[in-house]
Amino acid sequence: MAVFNLNINGKQQQVDVDPSTPMLWVLRDHLNLVGTKFGCGVAQCGACTIHLDGIAVRSCITFVDSVGDKKITTIEGLSENGDHPLQQAWLEHDVPQCGYCQAGQIMNAAGLLIANPHPSDEDIETAMHGNLCRCGTYTRIKAAIKTASNSE
Amino acid sequence: MTIVKTKIDRRSFIRSSVLAGGGMLLGFSWLASSCSTNTPKELSMPDEWFEINGFLKIGENGLVTIMSPNPEIGQNVKTSMPMIVAEELDVDWKNVIVEQAPLNTDIFTRQLAGGSQSIRQSWPALRMAGATAREMLRQAAAQKWNVPIEEVTTEAGILIHKNSNKKVGYGEVASAAAGLPVPEEVELKEIDDFSIIGTSRKNVDGFKIVTGQPLFGLDYKKEGMLIAMVAHPPAFGMKLKSFDATDAKAMPGIKDVFVVKTYNDDYELQWSDITSYNELVAIVGNTTWEVMTAKLMLNVEWEPISDSNRMNVPAGLESTADHIKKMTEAGAKTGREVRRDGDPEAAFKNAAKIVEQIYTAPFQAHNTMEPMNFFADVKEDEAVMAGPIQTPEFMEKTLAARLGLPLEKIDIQMTRMGGGFGRRLYGHFMVEAAVISQKVKAPVKLVYSREDDMTYGIYRPAYHALYRAALDTDNNLIGFHVRMGGIPSSPLHANRFPAGAVDNYLAESWSIDTNISTGAFRAPGSNFNAVAEQSFLDEVAEAAGKDPIQFRLDLLKSAQENPVGERNDYDAARYAGVLEQVREKSGWESGASDKNRGVAAYFCHNSYVANVVDIEMKDGRPVIQKVYASTDCGIVVNPDAAVNMIEGSIVDGIGHAMYSGLTFNEGQPEQENFDSYRLIRHAESPKEIEVHFVKNEIDPTGLGEPPYPPVMGALANALYKATGERYYHQPFVKNTFEA
Repeated sequence: MAVFNLNINGKQQQVDVDPSTPMLWVLRDHLNLVGTKFGCGVAQCGACTIHLDGIAVRSCITFVDSVGDKKITTIEGLSENGDHPLQQAWLEHDVPQCGYCQAGQIMNAAGLLIANPHPSDEDIETAMHGNLCRCGTYTRIKAAIKTASNSE
Repeated sequence: MTIVKTKIDRRSFIRSSVLAGGGMLLGFSWLASSCSTNTPKELSMPDEWFEINGFLKIGENGLVTIMSPNPEIGQNVKTSMPMIVAEELDVDWKNVIVEQAPLNTDIFTRQLAGGSQSIRQSWPALRMAGATAREMLRQAAAQKWNVPIEEVTTEAGILIHKNSNKKVGYGEVASAAAGLPVPEEVELKEIDDFSIIGTSRKNVDGFKIVTGQPLFGLDYKKEGMLIAMVAHPPAFGMKLKSFDATDAKAMPGIKDVFVVKTYNDDYELQWSDITSYNELVAIVGNTTWEVMTAKLMLNVEWEPISDSNRMNVPAGLESTADHIKKMTEAGAKTGREVRRDGDPEAAFKNAAKIVEQIYTAPFQAHNTMEPMNFFADVKEDEAVMAGPIQTPEFMEKTLAARLGLPLEKIDIQMTRMGGGFGRRLYGHFMVEAAVISQKVKAPVKLVYSREDDMTYGIYRPAYHALYRAALDTDNNLIGFHVRMGGIPSSPLHANRFPAGAVDNYLAESWSIDTNISTGAFRAPGSNFNAVAEQSFLDEVAEAAGKDPIQFRLDLLKSAQENPVGERNDYDAARYAGVLEQVREKSGWESGASDKNRGVAAYFCHNSYVANVVDIEMKDGRPVIQKVYASTDCGIVVNPDAAVNMIEGSIVDGIGHAMYSGLTFNEGQPEQENFDSYRLIRHAESPKEIEVHFVKNEIDPTGLGEPPYPPVMGALANALYKATGERYYHQPFVKNTFEA
């Protein structure tokens, strides 16, 4: 076990965990931030997507000892009032069915828009390739990303 | 005006006795969601809630809480079921809070997510719940104003007496209304007067979903809760031999390691109790990662089962190659005759042309994005359970039997489910969680890893179908023969189209036993039938030199005007209706078309769906440019959500037909995570989906399953146009595109 000081959603947090613990479980089990979802554990589904310094990463393979002082953003901290353009667009398009993958989809899309504020359809498909939606809401996800990118 | 007796559903109107004297304060649950487009915190909560009946309560400020009785698996019933109550109650939707009801068989009937039946079967009860409450509110206002109830009208949560110009909000008379007797009969709204049903309302959990608030079983937490995982045998047909827990127990955070027996030997399994692995090794600890890590240190020996009455194939460990061989053999032999019309043998003997094809589909894992999990807090005299389950009513009985507790001491909270697709009809994981909690005497959340989830599945069976069609010299379909089977069950629906449309018809069925656990998977049976049958009909239409839509419509016309046999379980006119609509909306041209288009239509779970799929080939790979859908599901309760469900079904159907399959080697699933099990991804889904509904005033039928099967047939037929090859074996990607 070791103590880690983490910057999560703009707040300093301290956890005492095994250094090999993935950020996914640090967030979910130790910090009660359960918006980041467990889907596969091997970076194949994207449900656990968070940001490190604004870059979308899979928290299930991001070990706590690799984070250092990078700024972590989770779905809970993407916006203060749940009004990030993507969150608004997601509601406008009523994207979710079961909803389980959607936080990861939004975080991945938010990473895309930071790097590329006005992505083409192909840019969206490429960037979102690693995020599975078992309910098949891909067409709405794409529409919501386009709405959000146009609103900025 | 429709007057209905409330009697048949009076069971639903039992009120808790404490309410007799007036109001009761009820807590605001984490399972509650606001229908307002604003965030829940902007609503001012009432000081008191008055329970009018089991479905709804009204606050003194006019806010209304409507209970959503059925499990939510993404089919959006948590929004659409309360919409039906709100419609008859006549309340402004933005003043409604929706709360997931707990399992309560005293108040609600059929709290189950399955068979696309939630809306269809609850339609009368939900309307009556709202209408009854409205009637009681009118009665309370009539008494308050001392006027006849007939003179009291309502408008969006306001009671009005027009003659005296008096108005009062529901909240102000809710206390009085709650004390009134339940009326004997109530008036239901005319369809033309609907103002909520038929209008698009956003998912009531939408804000929570996009902001990552706790909603799902895996998010459930309780003070002092431990985490558990289980190790199951690596292969179907194997069982636990021995284990050494020393190393695992020595790992940090680990509390205990022990054997869990899911069902007792003398317990008679009900349909929702499927278990392949009755003895598991449980690892219990403080945190998920600690338990996952310790699980790797577990030394377990497994052995083939040699003599167990739970075994279907005692000889043991099955491989996909054996399955294919067995299915090929079974498909070549005469099966069990299920339906016969006319003289099919003679029709084939006299045929000018015979078309014959074989279709297959592999086992498939449900792969809900939220893996199996459940919270259990089992004490000596009660059990509190919370998590994702499609069959809480059935599992309550199983748990009572397994834990030795009376039914009323089993409390089941239904969390929002990260997908169901049929997998969570089978709640063995719930029993495992309960038994573990009982053993460690602490609240426990059982968590399956993705590998646990995919390799201990209740899979979609593997299927095989032989289709034959006899055409006469004028290219009329004079004989039709289907022989279908599967491991372990046949998907045959012998009384569906084209039964009833062909004079000489034969349907046969067969099945082969297996040790592999299987069960319902979105549109069971239909999820294969539609592909095979609709691909086959396309080939028959081609052989007959007919346009594939007109060919089907001619058959449906014949089934409508001159049906063969008496047990045909579809409405030929509604079937034709969706085909006609999709033909019009897609601008279908008979004869030569520069588009690679395929069509299919199917009926299942009481609804009718037709699709046209357009494909373009790019770099040797198919790109699905557009899918058209036409659906007849009766009255559409929540149109945009229905469109979403159909879009998702189309993506899901294309995905499973194209990419997904589970293979076995010596009883062991060869895919165990998404790196080897292919699911459809963003770029592979259709670029555009256009959804239409056939408008009518028929009571609503289901939508969770019906839009899933037909698109697979339309896909196969479009692929044929695009590549010149027919696609008989799923997943299609294995045929050509994946070298």
